[in-house]
Amino acid sequence: MSSASKSGSKVLLAPAIAFLVLLFLYPFAYGLYLSFTKADGGATFANYVRFFKDPWDFRTIWTTLWISLPITFINVGLAIPFAYYMRRGMKGEKTITFFLIVPITLGAVLISEGMLSYMGPRGWLNQFLMAIGLVHHPVRFTHNYLGVVISLGLSGFPYAFLMLLGYVSGINPDLEKASQMLGASKFQTFWKILFPLMVPGVAIAFCLNFVMAFSVFPSAVLLGQPSGPTRVIAIAAYQWAFEKFNFNAASAISMIMAAIELIVITLVLVWRGRMYKGASIVGKG
Amino acid sequence: MRSKLKLSSILFAAAMVVYVANVLGILFTVVLNSISKDWFRGVFPKIFTGDWYRYVSRDHDIGSLMFVTFTVAFLDVLIALAVAFPAAYVLARKEFRGKGLLLSLFLLPMIVPPMAYGIPLAMLCYKFHLAARLSGVILVNLVPIVPFMILILMPFIEQVGTNLESAAVMLGAKRWTIFRKILVPLTVPGILTAGILSIVKTISMFDLTYLVAGGNTQTIVVALYADAYAAGARPPQAVDALAVIYFLTAMICLLVALKFVSPTQMVFKLK
Repeated sequence: MSSASKSGSKVLLAPAIAFLVLLFLYPFAYGLYLSFTKADGGATFANYVRFFKDPWDFRTIWTTLWISLPITFINVGLAIPFAYYMRRGMKGEKTITFFLIVPITLGAVLISEGMLSYMGPRGWLNQFLMAIGLVHHPVRFTHNYLGVVISLGLSGFPYAFLMLLGYVSGINPDLEKASQMLGASKFQTFWKILFPLMVPGVAIAFCLNFVMAFSVFPSAVLLGQPSGPTRVIAIAAYQWAFEKFNFNAASAISMIMAAIELIVITLVLVWRGRMYKGASIVGKG
Repeated sequence: MRSKLKLSSILFAAAMVVYVANVLGILFTVVLNSISKDWFRGVFPKIFTGDWYRYVSRDHDIGSLMFVTFTVAFLDVLIALAVAFPAAYVLARKEFRGKGLLLSLFLLPMIVPPMAYGIPLAMLCYKFHLAARLSGVILVNLVPIVPFMILILMPFIEQVGTNLESAAVMLGAKRWTIFRKILVPLTVPGILTAGILSIVKTISMFDLTYLVAGGNTQTIVVALYADAYAAGARPPQAVDALAVIYFLTAMICLLVALKFVSPTQMVFKLK
């Protein structure tokens, strides 16, 4: 091809790059800029100082981590054995994956609204638990920490599971056969062969699940106590932006939110780097 | 060994039953609640009524909610296709410096959650007077869809060999002709996959739409949140009636989508 057509093909990237710059990078940079400015335009750190000095806002970091970290570990921790179990496909796989995709598709708002009745004091779940004698009084599943965590599990688990399923089924089955022929037990095969090879997938599944849980918003409002134990960081950012109309403070909170997510992602990727080195040695040995 | 295998399949089946039962329980409660009255105790309601749907249709302009929801979904798919297809083509075919960096930049909007970049994005919409307008809602919803489409389309374009294109070039075909007569027809499955999945995603996109939508540019899911948030302003069954309307809309689109794609394609795909 001539150089003219070569540079011509790059032109095809222009709309997508323009999109990326205008609708993603520029807003992010704008948010960063706002977070370091006063309402009248002068440069300042006050927005950040205010956040860290205000216990009501600063606490949202721990509140959000306390909601998002445990459920991320549970979602990914459960998804690993389930994906492993289904790695060769199975009967009824289509039905199972269908029910897994439903909560993801319907989204947090519908799931939260449904949970309010279903898991409420007179809902089916409590009726069932009392009928089988597991509990004697209705359990409080909604309007608290537990409700938010359950809703994050209902949508986060299928997400982690479907991601890992695609990943595990891509691992060469010969590795497993070889390991078993050499006398390794099922557990050894999983722990020494399959799991190390799954690590990159597990790391990404963990990161994506965590950032989704960390930025939880609608279910924390509808299912939790948005003015108390489930006042997550996204609620704080929303309130500063759209209730107090202080865009500078809201931007600072958005940036803090992104920074925390970045820190956790970095930690997970460092862990992956360590694990993955081990994996390649195992794979070659 | 045998009993171990059995135990694992029992555990798997039990967990799946618990999961599916709860998802179905949530959905059926919403549906039953929306068509019943005075369901305070008992497994099933005793009095059934259509009142809550009449209430919702008085309370909301359902036609406008549907119109906004589908206009945003379809226009976003068309715009995103126009932006993503050429980019996916170049990324699938050409090697150039900084390609890896560009690819990871395109992945960013899919990885960063909407609530993190949505607030600055919404502020820009307010600054440029796009907020509460249909154009603003369409614009912000492009952000997660374009990268998603690039990612889906790339493997489909890679599958179309370069031979056909080279032959067409030798025969003197222009770029536009190649695009129209070779690339598009051979990537129809990819275009359908990307389009349908994006429609489903946009219909259920709450966060971004909520941050920029106003009174008459609300989508169904945003209206549902507003109703659920203002619990007490209207009977809970009426909120559930709107929930059912949203549920049916999203579900029909999901069922259509699953005719063409597998559920694993709907989550972030790992390489």
